[in-house]
Amino acid sequence: MAERLLFFLLALIVVSTAVGVVTNRNPVRSALLLVANFFSLALLYFLLSAQFLGVLQIIVYAGAIMVLFLFVIMLLNLGSPEPATFSEQGYRRPLAWLIALGMFALLVSQALVVAGTPPAQADPQVGTARTIGYALFTEWSFAVVVVGVLLTVGVIGSILLARRRSA
Amino acid sequence: MTLVDLGWALLRIAIMLGFLLGTLPLVIWLERRALAWFQCRVGPNRLGPFGLLQPMADAAKLFFKEEIVPANADRLIWALAPALSLFPALVAAATIPWGPNRLLTPVADVDIGLLYFLAMSSLAAYGVLLAGWSSNNKYSLLGGLRASAQVISYELGMGLALATAILASGSLRMTSIVEMQAEPLWGVVPFLHNWLIFTPWGLVGGALFFICMLAETNRAPFDLPEAESELVAGYQTEYSSMKFAAFFMGEYIAIIAICAIMTTCFLGGYLAPVNFSPIQTLAETQGGVFSVLATITVALMPPIWFLLKVFGLVFSFIWIRATLLRLRYDQLMNLGWRFLIPVGLVNLALLVVYIVFGWVPALVGYALVAGLYFATVGARRPPKRTVELVSQAQPYRPKEAHLG
Amino acid sequence: MESVPLSAYLTLSAFLFAVGAVGVVIKRNPIVIFMCIELMLNAANLTFLAFAKHQPTLQAQVAGHVFVLFVIGVAAAEVAVGLGIITVMFRLRENIDIDQVNLMRE
Repeated sequence: MAERLLFFLLALIVVSTAVGVVTNRNPVRSALLLVANFFSLALLYFLLSAQFLGVLQIIVYAGAIMVLFLFVIMLLNLGSPEPATFSEQGYRRPLAWLIALGMFALLVSQALVVAGTPPAQADPQVGTARTIGYALFTEWSFAVVVVGVLLTVGVIGSILLARRRSA
Repeated sequence: MTLVDLGWALLRIAIMLGFLLGTLPLVIWLERRALAWFQCRVGPNRLGPFGLLQPMADAAKLFFKEEIVPANADRLIWALAPALSLFPALVAAATIPWGPNRLLTPVADVDIGLLYFLAMSSLAAYGVLLAGWSSNNKYSLLGGLRASAQVISYELGMGLALATAILASGSLRMTSIVEMQAEPLWGVVPFLHNWLIFTPWGLVGGALFFICMLAETNRAPFDLPEAESELVAGYQTEYSSMKFAAFFMGEYIAIIAICAIMTTCFLGGYLAPVNFSPIQTLAETQGGVFSVLATITVALMPPIWFLLKVFGLVFSFIWIRATLLRLRYDQLMNLGWRFLIPVGLVNLALLVVYIVFGWVPALVGYALVAGLYFATVGARRPPKRTVELVSQAQPYRPKEAHLG
Repeated sequence: MESVPLSAYLTLSAFLFAVGAVGVVIKRNPIVIFMCIELMLNAANLTFLAFAKHQPTLQAQVAGHVFVLFVIGVAAAEVAVGLGIITVMFRLRENIDIDQVNLMRE
């Protein structure tokens, strides 16, 4: 019972902050709501007995990625609300919500297929750093190398982008 | 979870918060007095014995001060920022054990304790960043930008430094990290503890962590975000009254928490410098005086050792603040990215060499790397530029006012 | 203790994904669009973890966690490059309304 109560509380926060991210016109407030969203998602991960990933979610998303977002918003002075000079395309907003509603209905219909699945109890070992680390460096070692290459390429790419051309 | 468990948990939380908030005025007093001492001043010495009540007076003053809100500030975020800087500092210490009693400490002995600390300390950037942005003041904004860049950069070095503790103890759990350090020194000296700082990897990792924790808490010589002389206190410029007090408290509580982490991971936590277990065996066989001594050394002393180590580190913070000059921004970034991170990576690699191949190849590796460093980079002295710069110096001429 | 059913997590994740998609379509500030993409990635992560909990073997459960780890890694790389692109875009032209970034078309 306690777990369900916690889930609904967290789900409420996640849903409201997610809607807030999209509807808020001020980018900084959007970013802050997204931080709150990621934080409560991390708590949901704890509920799913994924404590390592929950903490990782806070470190990487809330602690690094969103700080970077806010940094760029402030550096480029994009913090003001969306100005009216931005192109107005009136039909797009309702259309987007309609498409999203359809998408949501479709995904939920797929979720209902598994509605009868009995609630499972995860293995107590599954969420620990030791288990995940062991799996990473045995079963998934190739994928780890690929992600490492991807991250390196990302770093090099962003450095190249950020450099002012001297020529 | 039963009601009794809940009671113990609440007690643990109360003790931890009481410790943080109780030592806070002491640390502030220590900072002011020690700084005065370093600068040949007297410092606050009127209120209470040795001026010990001065922080209380400061708090009362701040509480009654008028709060001024900048006209074009983003009110909501502006009010949120001090809370966001205080909150991570208060909760970051939750996994730190300050004694051997598992009922009283730590608040939560989770198996990802160290990662939890990293997560909470990475949230500390928000308070400063948002305070800087929402004040709508260019100095504040610059301070906030500097702080976020600095915190992101030094978090990597800090993670690498903490990774030595994780690898050496094979666990992310704080209590296991301390227990690993309770073993005899280098496995051979039975009356001393194997504090991580006594091993080569621990020494390098501890030094890295010390530098990084100065930067993470925005202390001198890394206090660029709040540099008084260039940014008029940076992100705090527009804050007054209790909101300023919240920033102030957040800064000092973060210092206490991060010193506690350094103590736990590198300085043996609550362990005494000397191994007292012979007294315990004597107490079991002889009793009498020895059992009293055993109680003192085993049950009473560990929190005192912990406090002593933490306060030693806090004092070193103040010492460094009084001694070193503030870094330039490019020096700060160079130190973080070009020095600390490579050193941390090499240190980790050599620690892996130790774990896989034993201590002889690891020590040879350390000697080789140190030798290589001093032969190549260390031997290169920066050219003396002082004279040259003076000869090039031009008298200051304000630009002609642009007319038309 | 009665645990939360799988479908509840899936519904929540579907909602997150749909909201993120709306944001990508209606927002015109590239940074906010980016944030909405992150929202969608997190929806996928939540699904991974919810399914992982309901797998029969430990190996299958860990596989779900490992995938989330990879998604986080890919997201980090994506943000590094994406924010770099936005910075360059801003340097080229002051206005960064995403609808007016059509240099390739002209």
